[in-house]
Amino acid sequence: MTEVIDEMNLQDKAIGIPPAGCAVFAYYYFDVDMAECAHGRGAAVATGLKRAYPEAIVFTYQGDGDLAAIGTAETIHAANRGERITTIFVNNAVYGMTGGQMAPTTLLDQKTTTTPYGRDVKLEGGPLKISEMLALTKGAVYIERTAVNSPANIRKTKKAIRKAFQTQIDDLGFSLVEILSPCPVNWKMTPLESWQWIDQEMIKEFPLGVIKDVTGEKDAD
Amino acid sequence: MSTKGRIEIDREFCKGCEICISFCPKNLIAPSDKLNASGYQPASFNDNGECTGCAICAVVCPEVAIEVYRG
Amino acid sequence: MDGNSAIGEAAVRAGCQCYFGYPITPQNELTEYMAIHLSRKKGCSFIQAESELAAISMVHGASLAGVRAMTSSSSPGISLMQEGISYLAACGLPAVIVNMSRGGPGLGSISAAQSDYFQSTRGGGHGDYRTIVLGPSSVQELADLTHRAFDLADKYQIPVIILGDGMLGQMKEPVEFKHEAPEELPVRSLALRGAKGRPSRFIKTLSSQPIDLEEINWSLFRRYQLIKKEETTYDTFMVDDAKLIVVAFGIAARIAKGAVKNAQANGLKVGMLRPTTLWPFPSEKVKELVKQTKHFLVFEMSMGQMVEDVQLALEGKGEVSFYGRPGGVIPTPSEVFRVISRLCYQKGLK
Repeated sequence: MTEVIDEMNLQDKAIGIPPAGCAVFAYYYFDVDMAECAHGRGAAVATGLKRAYPEAIVFTYQGDGDLAAIGTAETIHAANRGERITTIFVNNAVYGMTGGQMAPTTLLDQKTTTTPYGRDVKLEGGPLKISEMLALTKGAVYIERTAVNSPANIRKTKKAIRKAFQTQIDDLGFSLVEILSPCPVNWKMTPLESWQWIDQEMIKEFPLGVIKDVTGEKDAD
Repeated sequence: MSTKGRIEIDREFCKGCEICISFCPKNLIAPSDKLNASGYQPASFNDNGECTGCAICAVVCPEVAIEVYRG
Repeated sequence: MDGNSAIGEAAVRAGCQCYFGYPITPQNELTEYMAIHLSRKKGCSFIQAESELAAISMVHGASLAGVRAMTSSSSPGISLMQEGISYLAACGLPAVIVNMSRGGPGLGSISAAQSDYFQSTRGGGHGDYRTIVLGPSSVQELADLTHRAFDLADKYQIPVIILGDGMLGQMKEPVEFKHEAPEELPVRSLALRGAKGRPSRFIKTLSSQPIDLEEINWSLFRRYQLIKKEETTYDTFMVDDAKLIVVAFGIAARIAKGAVKNAQANGLKVGMLRPTTLWPFPSEKVKELVKQTKHFLVFEMSMGQMVEDVQLALEGKGEVSFYGRPGGVIPTPSEVFRVISRLCYQKGLK
């Protein structure tokens, strides 16, 4: 992300909104203006900021709980309105910051601290494919799912992030990159095992690739 | 002896995840014997002249702890 | 015009560029007014948000960008906004929040009530914080205090609540707008506008070390002390030789004034104190008044909330009686007059 911001010369205009959860310390890692906001409200705060100051390149950096649990309404509606914001959605299938509880994206049978017997679809529902859901809205114009568990995937992630920012710069609509990310500590694996687990298990449920791209068809308003 | 590439690993950033070790195509990285201040065994570079500066290690490092020099 | 629309017109004239809200009776005229005036205006934004939770966070975002932003709702919606207000207060971000309160608790009634006084003045969300709370009691005051709210919010970097009610919002009275909309408003110096030519800044509320958070709390409260000193306002009516002082705010004060005038006409020495800043509450004025008047009758359209502030201010030096009607019931001046005269008779206040 920082490489993209640097290469696209966005450092003066980028404003990041990391809400609570895994993303909350993001402001220590990015040397751009940033503002923390309430858990789940990233899309709404970003909406307000971009509407008030459209010259900014506004991005949110949200985990799966923030975006797909408490923030579902705000995310769907910001996408539906086609807000010119870019959302970086970090999907690690657990609530990492708080110690590994179930997330909306937790896989079936996956054990977490609140699904100690494995996620049961009858009691806990199944993993939410929020990116596919967002693709159904008119305002979402570019959604891609990538991963960071190999050099090739990391490079594809960077390309996707770049395209997402370009979508905002071109004033086309809402853009989102979902990034499957390892959480070795809460998955109780070594880092290498966690990278493999993404390939072996997560990608089956969350396939990589472009989920929606209508940027070619849109004229900038 | 001229080397096409070399890397520098920040010992204190490194958390010993060993991802760079498993991805280096020339197997030039190994865990160090000495612990860092956080108690991890950081990765350590074996500068034997074979590094091509491909930068795969730097790309995969989750801590951004590796700098790659070429030429 | 009606009170709700007067707030809207005053906000536009104060340079409000962003309005984010959600429909709820009895303030929809305000949301609709802002839709008409802001949604197609260049440089402005109107969003009917997906919920009040979203609306207050959108205000947060716009305020970060240094722009005048507001939201409005009524009691249950304001409850939803409490988390967001706590964050605004913690960040030190200006914002204007209008509560046209209705009967509660729960979904309540759509009629006017004053049962959100605690919620507004005690920092209704989590944590130690305060917001300025203004208590208008006429359509003219809704307009004047809306303009004042934006100025106070910017001056002290604090959220400001306008505590109206359903009746004030719906009633129509003549109103004069004393301000023209500004051509352009200066952007707040601490706004987030991209780190061009300066170090990047981040605005957060999380503290890793309790000692840091302690200092943040102290600095907020130093600001509150200054606001108490400089911005407390109130109105008095015939208090000079009063044997009984009625204390009321908002629409209740309009009703009470009729009762007080009636009492005066009947030879009873009754006066009225009407706070217009509910936070900061005019405690000093109460302490001054009790030197010559020992009896206070607090009248609210609730089960009694402001009465506690009066009792606190009196520090036991006076006697406080209370008359209230909750649930959105609108008492009449003659009803209040009966309470006043009965009280005067009981206490021998002739």
